[in-house]
Amino acid sequence: MSDKTHSGHEAGGHEHSRWLAHHFDTPQQQFFSVKLGMWIFLVTEILFFSGLFCAYAVYRRNYPEIFADGHHFLDTTMGAINTAVLIFSSLTMAWAVRAAQLSQKRTLIICLIITLACAFGFLGIKYQEYKAKWEHRLVPGQARLEKWFGVSESTGPITRGDLGFHPDREYIDKKIQKHSDRKLTQAELDERAKNLGPFFGIYFCLTGLHGFHVICGIIAITWLLIRSYQGHFSAEYVEPVDCVGLYWHLVDLIWIYLFPLLYLIH
Amino acid sequence: MATISDQVGALHETPASGSNYLNCDKRIWSWVFTLDHKRIGMMFIVLVTVGLFLGAFFAALIRLELAHPGTTLPFMNHDFYNRVFTLHGAIMIFLFVLPAIPSGIGNFVLPLMLGAKDVAFPRLNLFSLHLFVIGVVFFVLTLLLGGIDTGWTFYAPYSIETHTAVTVALCGAFILGFSSIFSGLNFIVTTHTLRPPGMSWMQLPLMIWALYATAIIQILATPVLAITLLLVIAERVLGVGIFDPALGGDPILYQHFFWFYSHPAVYIMILPAMGIISEVISVHSRKHIFGYKMIAFSSIAIAFLGFLVWGHHMFVSGQSPLLGMIFSLLTFSVAIPSAIKVFNWLATMYKGSIHLTTPMCYALIFIFLFGLGGLTGLFLGALATDIQVHDTSFVVAHFHYQMLGGVGMAFFAGMYHWWPKMTGKMFNDKFGKINAALMFVAFNVTYFPQFIIGSRGMPRRYFDYELLLDKNPEITAYQMVSTAGGLILIATFFGVFINLVMSLFNGKPAPANPWGGATMEWQCTSPPSQHNFDKPPEANDPYDFDDIKYDAKIKGYVTVQ
Amino acid sequence: MISSCLSNSLLLAQEAGNSFWTGRQASTTAAAVDDVFRLIVAVVAIFFAIVVCVMVYFVIRYRHREGVPAEKTATHNTALEIVWSVIPLVIVCVIFYQGFMAYMKMVTIPPNAYEIHVTARTWAWSFTYPEKGATSDELHVPVNQDILLLMRSQDFIHSLSIPNFRVKMDCLPNMYTKTWFQAVETGTYDLYCTEYCGANSDGSEGHATMVTKVHVHERADFDEWLEKAADPVGDRPLHVAGKEFFQTNCSQCHNVNGTAATGPPLNGIYGKTHTMSNGEEVKVDENYLRESVRNPGKRVTSGYETARAMPVFPPATLPEVKLDAIIEYLKTLE
Repeated sequence: MSDKTHSGHEAGGHEHSRWLAHHFDTPQQQFFSVKLGMWIFLVTEILFFSGLFCAYAVYRRNYPEIFADGHHFLDTTMGAINTAVLIFSSLTMAWAVRAAQLSQKRTLIICLIITLACAFGFLGIKYQEYKAKWEHRLVPGQARLEKWFGVSESTGPITRGDLGFHPDREYIDKKIQKHSDRKLTQAELDERAKNLGPFFGIYFCLTGLHGFHVICGIIAITWLLIRSYQGHFSAEYVEPVDCVGLYWHLVDLIWIYLFPLLYLIH
Repeated sequence: MATISDQVGALHETPASGSNYLNCDKRIWSWVFTLDHKRIGMMFIVLVTVGLFLGAFFAALIRLELAHPGTTLPFMNHDFYNRVFTLHGAIMIFLFVLPAIPSGIGNFVLPLMLGAKDVAFPRLNLFSLHLFVIGVVFFVLTLLLGGIDTGWTFYAPYSIETHTAVTVALCGAFILGFSSIFSGLNFIVTTHTLRPPGMSWMQLPLMIWALYATAIIQILATPVLAITLLLVIAERVLGVGIFDPALGGDPILYQHFFWFYSHPAVYIMILPAMGIISEVISVHSRKHIFGYKMIAFSSIAIAFLGFLVWGHHMFVSGQSPLLGMIFSLLTFSVAIPSAIKVFNWLATMYKGSIHLTTPMCYALIFIFLFGLGGLTGLFLGALATDIQVHDTSFVVAHFHYQMLGGVGMAFFAGMYHWWPKMTGKMFNDKFGKINAALMFVAFNVTYFPQFIIGSRGMPRRYFDYELLLDKNPEITAYQMVSTAGGLILIATFFGVFINLVMSLFNGKPAPANPWGGATMEWQCTSPPSQHNFDKPPEANDPYDFDDIKYDAKIKGYVTVQ
Repeated sequence: MISSCLSNSLLLAQEAGNSFWTGRQASTTAAAVDDVFRLIVAVVAIFFAIVVCVMVYFVIRYRHREGVPAEKTATHNTALEIVWSVIPLVIVCVIFYQGFMAYMKMVTIPPNAYEIHVTARTWAWSFTYPEKGATSDELHVPVNQDILLLMRSQDFIHSLSIPNFRVKMDCLPNMYTKTWFQAVETGTYDLYCTEYCGANSDGSEGHATMVTKVHVHERADFDEWLEKAADPVGDRPLHVAGKEFFQTNCSQCHNVNGTAATGPPLNGIYGKTHTMSNGEEVKVDENYLRESVRNPGKRVTSGYETARAMPVFPPATLPEVKLDAIIEYLKTLE
C-alpha cells in the first residue's frame, strides 16, 4: 500500500527492521511516537465519555428525584460480577503485554484468549441485563425499536408517541411501592415513573456507549490474536499489543466509574 | 561544499526533468490510498474549496432573498429560507472554515517545515481524509433529503422535534469531528517526535506553533461535540430525554455542551490562520518576526483560555447573572493575546522591505478585517451591550469578519504563498492583487451595514424584515447594499481559483524559493519530490533572512553560505 | 472620569434620546447601555485607527525599493511588549466593569414591579395580565412604571427582544425566566423573537413572523385598555368575536375552506363524527373541541399522526371566554 521508495536511506545504510516505518529514523522514535499518539487518543476517549458523566452529574445535582428509584431496577450482583470480570481481563491483558515484551508467544496467546473470553462474558451478562429491561419495557424508544425490528405488537406506522419512556407500569409501580415505607398515591406513582425516563436514558447511553467500546476492544484483541499466531510480536516489536492494552485498561477504568455511579449510589 | 550554482541547479531541477509528488504515480488508486501528506493535503484543499463554493451558493440565496422585504426569490418561504441559512452555516463551518487550514494547508506544510518525510502516522492521515469524504457524503445526503432547518447550532428542543434530516446531518458532523480529532492527534505527535536534530521548540516556525495549539483544541474539544451530537441523535431516534423538556430533559444543558466545543472551535479556525499570517508577513517584509516567544505563547494561551469562555453565547439563555459575569470577564482575557499578535505583526513590518505580493496583500487585509471583527467582539463580551446585540445581524457581521475576513483571507494568503511550492507554478500576481483589493472592498460593503442594522434590532435568521420596516425603514437600503457587496464578494472567490487554476496551464515554473522564506519547506524543490528532502535540512532560525539572497537568473531566492 | 460622567447622565436623562447605533432610548436602562456602547465604539475606533494607520504607513514607508534591504531591528522588546499587553488589559477591564454595572441594573428587578405573564409559542406572543385576567397578543404597558415580565415558552426556545428598551431574554419551555423594564415615553415599539424557532411546513409562518408591538400608554389610557382587554368579546355576538380569535390563534395551521394544512380544516366539522389515529370514532361537539385545544395530544385525528404536533393552548394563551367564542364560531361554519 505504501507508495514510498527506499531512496531516502542510502546514507547510513542500516537495515530497516520490518516493523520500522519508513518515515521514522529509529525504532525508539517510532515507539515514542506511537505511545504518545495512543495516550492522546485515550484522552479524547475520556473527553468523549466526560460529556455523559457531566450530564449525569448535572442531572444528579439538579434533578435528584430522577435517581431515587432507578437503582431498584439494576441488578447489582450482575454489575459486580461484570466489574470483577473486567478487572480480571485487565490483568490478563497486562500479562499479555508483558509476555509480548518477553517474546513468550504461547503465554501471549493464552492471555489474549482469556481476555477475549472475559470480554465476551461481560457482554453476555450485559445482554442478560438488557434483556430483563426490555421485557419490562424500560428502554427509551422501545416501541420504535420494536417496530423497526418487526417485533412490535401494534401494526401502525412509527409515530412520535413511540419515542420516549413508556414502561410496563404494573411492574414499575409494584417495585417502587415495595421499596416505599408507606402507601403511595397513583399521582405519586405516576410522578416517580415519569422520573425514571431520564434515568434510563442516561443508563442506556452510558452503558451502551461503553458496550460499544467493549465490542471495539474485542475486534482489536482478535486482530492481535491473529497477528500473535503469525509471530509478529516479540521483544523487538510490542507496540500494537501495548496500545490495545492501554485501550483495554481505559475501557475497564470507565466501567469502574460507571458501576458505582449507576448501580451503587442512591 | 557545493557551490551556489550547484545548489541552485539541484533545487531548480524539478517538474520538467525530475519526478515530484504530483506526477510520480499517476494511477487513481495511488491518490485514493496515498500515504503522502502532500497529496492528502492537496485533496483536502480541493474538498474544502468545493465546500466553500457550496456554502457560498447558499449565501448567495440568502443575500438575494434579503435584498428586498417580502418574498424576493420566487421559490422562497420561511421554511425554505430556514433550510438555506442552516445549510450555509453548517457547510461553511464543517466543510470549509474548520478543515481548510489545518487539514489542507497544514498537512502539506507541517512535515516540510520540520524537514521530515511525513507526519507521524501517515495511515491515520489517510484515514482522516477518508473520514472527511464520508462526512461530505453524509452532508450531500442531507441535501438530497431536503436539508435541515435547525440553524447550524442545532438548539434543542427544536432540533429534537423537527422533521428534517437532522440525524443524517449530525452523523456527518460526527464523522467530520473524528477526521479533525485524528488530524490533531497526528500533528501533535509529529511536532513532538519528528523535529530534526537541532530544532528546539523555540526554533519551530510559528505556523507549527499555531498548528500545534490548534491540535490541542481539536483533541480536547471535538470529542465533547461528538458526544453531544450522539445524544441529540439518540434523543431524536429513541426519545432518551436528556435535552428535550417534553421528554424530561434540559435544553440549557444542550447549549452548555454545544458551546463548550463550539467556542474553542472558533479558535481551531483562527489559530492556524494566524500562523499563516506570521509566516507571510515575516517573509514578504524580509524581516525577522517580532516577539517570537510572545506569538508562540499567545497561541497556547488562546487555546487554553478559549475553553473557559463558552458561556458568553448564553448571556440571555436564562443562566444566572453570576455565571454571566464570570464568562464576560474571562472573555475579555482572550482578547489580549490576539491583540498582542497584531502588534507583533506590525512591529515585524517596521523598517522592513515590504513586497506587496498577493499573499502579503491578503495578510494586510487580514489585519484590517480580523482586527475590526475582533474589536467588535468587545460589544459581545460586555454584558450590557451583548443583551442588545445578541442574536442580531451584529453577531452575524462580527463572526463573518472573523471567519471570512480572518480565516478566509488567511486561507487565500496561504494558498498564494505556498502555491508555487505545492504546484511548481507561479500565478499572475497582478491579477491576484486586483482581485484581493476588490474582495476587500466588497467584504466591507457586505458586512459593515449588518453591524448597524443589528445593533438597532434586526434579528438574525429572519427570512423577512417587512414587519420591522415600520420602525426601522432604513433596513431595506442597508440590506440592498449588503447584497450588492455580497454578490461581488462571491465573484472574487471565483477570481482566486481562476487565477490559481490558470497558473497550472500558463504559469511560469516556480523556483524552489520564490519569496525568500527561511523555513525548511523552501529548501526542497517546487513541487517537492515524493520523499520531500534528499537530505534532512539543517535546523536554523526560521526567520533569519540574512543569508537568503535574490538571484535574478532563476527569479527566486537562494541560500548563500 | 469619562465613564462616571457617562453613567451620571443616566440620572438626568429620563426622557428618551436617540443613539445612532442602537436607536431610540425608550426605557430607563437604555441610556446606560448606550453609554457602554459608545465607550466601546470609542475604544474600537481609536485602536482600529492606530492599527490601520500604522499598517498603511509602514506599507508605504517601508515598501520594497531596489537595493534597499530590510533593516535589522530588535526582534523583541520586553518593555514595549509589556506596555502593549497591559494597556489593552486595563482597557478591557474598564469595559467589563462598565458593562457589568449596567447589566446589574438590567437584571435587578425592582420591587413592586407590575407583573405581566408572557407565553411564547410558535409563532406568536401572548401577554396575560393577572390583575384582571386579560389576555392580549400585543404588549400594553403604562409609562413610567416598572414592569416585570414573567416568561415561559410552550414549545421551543424563544427570546423576547424589545430593542428600544434594550431588553432581551430567552423564553424556555421548562422553566420561567424574568426580565423587567420601565418605559419613559408613550408610543409604540417593536417586539421580536430573537431565538430561532423554525417555521411551519408550508413556509407561511415562522421565526420572522413572531413580531408584535409594545404599546406604552399613559396610566389612565392603560387602565382603560385593560378593562376592555379583560372583556375581549365586548358587545359583539360571541361567534363574531370568535372569528377574530380564530384568525389570531388557529388560522396559522387550520383552514376553513376544506383544505388540509398543517392541521385538518375546521369548517363544517361540528356535529360530524371523526376518526382518530387509534381508530376511535369521536363526535365533534363542544367537549371534543375544548379537549382539542386544551390537550391536543390526547387524541389526534387520523391522518395527522406524523404532522407537527398541535401546540397546547392553556388558559394563559387562550382564556376561557375566547375559547368559548371560537367554539361558537366553528359551529357557524359549513
